[in-house]
Amino acid sequence: MEFVFLIPLLPLLGATVNGVIGSKLPKRAVGLIACLVMAAAFVVSICTFYKLMLLPATERSVVVSFFSWIASGSFSVDMAFLIDPLSALMILIVTGVGFLIHVYSTGYMHDDKAYWRYMCYLNLFVFFMLMLVLGSNYLVMFLGWEGVGLCSYLLIGFWYEKKSASDAGKKAFVVNRIGDFGFILGLFLLYWSLSDLGAGSLDYKTVFENIHNIDPAILTIIGLLLFVGAAGKSAQVPLYVWLPDAMEGPTPVSALIHAATMVTAGVYMVARNNALYSLIPHVGNIIASVGIFTALFAATMGLVQNDIKKVLAYSTVSQLGYMFAAVGVGAYGAGVFHLMTHAFFKGLMFLGSGSVIHAMGGEQDMRRMGGLHSHMKITSVTFIIGALAIAGMPPFSGFWSKDEILWEAFEKGHFVIWAVGLLTAGMTAFYMFRQVFMTFTGECRADDHTKHHLHESPSSMTIPLIILAILSAVGGIIGIPLFEEGTAAHQFLNPVFSHGEQELHSEAVHGGLELIMMGVSVAVGLTGIFLASLLYYAPMKKYAPSFWRPEAIASSFKGLHRLLFNKYYIDEIYDYLVVNPIKRFCDWCLSFDLGVIDWFVNFAAWATRLTAWASHKFDIYIVDGLVNSMSTLVTYNSSIWRRLQTGYLQNYALVFVVGVLIIIVRVLLG
Amino acid sequence: MIENALGIPILSILILIPLLGAGALFFFPSGQKEAIRSTAFGVALFNFVISLILLFYFDSSTYKMQFVEKAAWIPGIGVEYFLGMDGISLLLVLLTTFTSAIAILASWSAIDERVKEYMIHLMILEAGMIGVFVALDMILFFVFWEIGLIPMFFLIGVWGGPRKLYANIKFFLYTLFGSVFMLVGILALYYAHGSATGEYTFNLLKLYEVAYPYNLQWWVFLTFFLGFAIKVPVFPFHTWLPDAHVEAPTAGSVILAAVLLKMGTYGFVRFNLPLLADASRAFTPFILVLAVIGIVYGAFLAMAQKDIKKLVAYSSVSHLGAVMAGLFALNQQGIDGGVLQMINHGVSTGGLFLVIGMIYERRHTRLISDFGGIARVMPVYSALVLIIVFSSIGLPGTNGFVGEILILMGLFKTSVTAAVFAATGVILGAAYMLWMTQRVIFGKITRRENLVLKDINAREVLVLLPIIGLILWIGIYPKHFLSLSAASTARIAEIVERNAPKVERAPHAAEAARHAEPHETVHAEAHGGTH
Repeated sequence: MEFVFLIPLLPLLGATVNGVIGSKLPKRAVGLIACLVMAAAFVVSICTFYKLMLLPATERSVVVSFFSWIASGSFSVDMAFLIDPLSALMILIVTGVGFLIHVYSTGYMHDDKAYWRYMCYLNLFVFFMLMLVLGSNYLVMFLGWEGVGLCSYLLIGFWYEKKSASDAGKKAFVVNRIGDFGFILGLFLLYWSLSDLGAGSLDYKTVFENIHNIDPAILTIIGLLLFVGAAGKSAQVPLYVWLPDAMEGPTPVSALIHAATMVTAGVYMVARNNALYSLIPHVGNIIASVGIFTALFAATMGLVQNDIKKVLAYSTVSQLGYMFAAVGVGAYGAGVFHLMTHAFFKGLMFLGSGSVIHAMGGEQDMRRMGGLHSHMKITSVTFIIGALAIAGMPPFSGFWSKDEILWEAFEKGHFVIWAVGLLTAGMTAFYMFRQVFMTFTGECRADDHTKHHLHESPSSMTIPLIILAILSAVGGIIGIPLFEEGTAAHQFLNPVFSHGEQELHSEAVHGGLELIMMGVSVAVGLTGIFLASLLYYAPMKKYAPSFWRPEAIASSFKGLHRLLFNKYYIDEIYDYLVVNPIKRFCDWCLSFDLGVIDWFVNFAAWATRLTAWASHKFDIYIVDGLVNSMSTLVTYNSSIWRRLQTGYLQNYALVFVVGVLIIIVRVLLG
Repeated sequence: MIENALGIPILSILILIPLLGAGALFFFPSGQKEAIRSTAFGVALFNFVISLILLFYFDSSTYKMQFVEKAAWIPGIGVEYFLGMDGISLLLVLLTTFTSAIAILASWSAIDERVKEYMIHLMILEAGMIGVFVALDMILFFVFWEIGLIPMFFLIGVWGGPRKLYANIKFFLYTLFGSVFMLVGILALYYAHGSATGEYTFNLLKLYEVAYPYNLQWWVFLTFFLGFAIKVPVFPFHTWLPDAHVEAPTAGSVILAAVLLKMGTYGFVRFNLPLLADASRAFTPFILVLAVIGIVYGAFLAMAQKDIKKLVAYSSVSHLGAVMAGLFALNQQGIDGGVLQMINHGVSTGGLFLVIGMIYERRHTRLISDFGGIARVMPVYSALVLIIVFSSIGLPGTNGFVGEILILMGLFKTSVTAAVFAATGVILGAAYMLWMTQRVIFGKITRRENLVLKDINAREVLVLLPIIGLILWIGIYPKHFLSLSAASTARIAEIVERNAPKVERAPHAAEAARHAEPHETVHAEAHGGTH
């Protein structure tokens, strides 16, 4: 356990080395470094897993603390990891599938000029993903949570010269941030509620021990806020819109980030919080409803897509919906089990589609494919294994996990969820085999140049395909309900979910009803495949009735087809309702700032200047005018009296004589 | 009177070194530009090293003022030359000396005219800024506050852009306008303290000791608010900032954003909160509203900008709104977050202005639409820009996250509504920053001029590396920074927090005050050196 810090640190090391000097290294070295650190992290993960298994089941929860990360007053968070069955399983998936995808990438991305940058981002992603699942408190989880979002942003926009790619990256980040907004408010509410109880902490252990003391109304809000975060990260309605666009990234990225690992973080988070959600089953119902609605909604869009990766993208959204349906109804083990099998088969199918795209010289439109089986047998066979798994065909892995979700929903009385899940399963089988038939069977519809270059991918790409195909085929073993106490997966995960599931697996009723249910879901899956084959598989087409042809369906359901094909116009609606109003509001703010607030400032300045000018005038004309008029008055007066002082002696003598005469006359008369 | 472990007036030395540097530069012949630059950088670097020495002698376990120096200045009216620092001051002094050195390095090739005068102004500015953060006499504080204005006035006025005259006068007069009110407030406190205790003094620690009547607090708070809010700037006093930033030379913008704005928030945390605790509580709703409007409104404005520098300027309004919200959460998480975010904003936004300066030097335009696709020709530059951008939007693992989370956490406790609105800044911040990044760095190169852009050189990398280092350091191990100021922030939180016991220890002067007005509460604040 003491070496657990190596698990995330190794990929970080790889990312640092490749990020700093990767551009100077030969491609071989870059690829080798990236893959080696992943292999090493995988080995350490296996050791950790093994060591955990050696402990008694009740003690399989080890916290390894490294240092105090953020501390302020009573608030303190450690940089610490929690190793328990859930995180141990997750690190195995992340490093294992991650390693395979790194190897695959050395082949797929070999000709890219920014190969080193790609490997750096990919390693960095794995680092953050491991932090997310290993963190022993919400804040370390959030560190990983945002970090994987960052890498997702960087990798979706990896070919940044394409505007659509950098647009998609930005969209992914911003939509995820909307989710994070909820997540972080949920954390604050959780922390302060616990703090009021004298147990303020964000450590899982303390939180889960005290959580039942929080007022259920507050818990409901916390649960919903955290789920907003999960819905953003795991692309649930209404925040799923970024995931289909995320297909702009290189295909191995879609496999690793947008299928196998990052997008399942929301499911992991809800499962991790089972102690919280088991206290508020009504929020669980909301989660399950959102999940199953997303599953159906995305599946309908998947029915009509022609882009090989878009089909897989909608299918991913749909399968994530399944996982939320599972954790929502309290079937945490089933949800995490499906998370694992999905990582195998969806990772496989994305890599397979990458192999196809590689062979087709970048072509992604399935209408220009066809007949590829004869050119690339390994890709074709492995892809079909993946399709069988996701379609829920026994004994492939997807069958066990999907069936467990449906069974648990049924058993717990969520019949609507069960029914919608079953319908979605049929649709999934349909569109997946539509994809298989369009891509690998029939006539090749590509142009001659492309046809000429068709080839199987190099072994660096096919070997990961084969390994993932094996895992997709047999990975369900741990979920086969053979054991007394339920499945191996449950047995292993149970200590983590003891809060949420205790009442469920004590009885272990795996009777005839469950077998009948299995039969029903297999039948539904087979129906989907059969319907797809009538439409798209050449040898079967002749049996199809006239109304069951692609053109006939498209023409008789024109409006619906257009609605689905345009993805319900959701992006347009969001643009109209959210994005454009915000842009307009920004412009309005700008004119308000310049026209009102700054106008006041400038007005104040102008008013001051006006006052100054007026004062100036006042000073000149009134104040100084008064002073000046005084002097003018004096001058004027003096100018009058001045006339008396002529300076001539005769004048003075004359005045004198006249004066004397007047006095004399006055005296003589008086 | 010098009280510290070093036995030397280290704070005065910190202020004197740049002044002496400025004096020395005065004797350089104007033509020797390289020598002038090197000397200036050497002086700034030396001062930074000196400020680092403080770290070794600083006792972070106490909120009390350390490295105290005191000398009579104008004894007749109780004005002293009184310096000292606590953890908050220390962080800001370090930020100042760090930013000053970086700013000089960043001006190396951008400023080629009147280099000597430019560097002299930068040095005087540094002295003024340090003075603001260590002055403990209110008149001294006011003097430093005003001193800082003058070199900045010249930096924008002489080396600024085309509308520098307008921007400069706006910046200068607006700040001056606010500071006049502040001076009135200072005098009001002076007389209130004098009439309560019989001792007329501007000594801040003594002013702390008296609990002022609520009415007086209210009015003084208002005057201080005007002085500091304009400087921060708090909405709606922010319009001088974009203009000043756009016209200022790169180093001016860096210092303006990194340090000068912090003088405002520092004022709030040093004076308003502990001196006027009752009024602070009363004003909290008002300030939170303005702060939250600033966060959201600044972000929307940033989104609407066409000029990169204006965008970052408005983002400062948003970020400083967050700092204010944190400080006025009136609890330790919020104040810790606010103080740390002052540093973070200095590092990140300072960094953003640096990278904008670098691209401006190459293209002589800052319009977003003039760029696009420069990641292809300037990969190193683009990578570093991305890191700074992510720090600015508060991605975990970078400094911005730690500050933001503490602010929001503290704010959530005080007002859920304010926290919810403030947290939308998290979304909007990502939106405008990434949109800008996308339009500037990503995409195809659409202009021929951009095809021949040269990637950043060694000196420019050297300028940015410390910034990147700090971003990651604070992000991964914030404790080194938080623990420096923790004692002070805890103390301030204790004073302003609701229901906190207000009577602590009462020295004689305050004792007398309490006897004179028994219904009033007393905050005791001892002063002295390290122990």
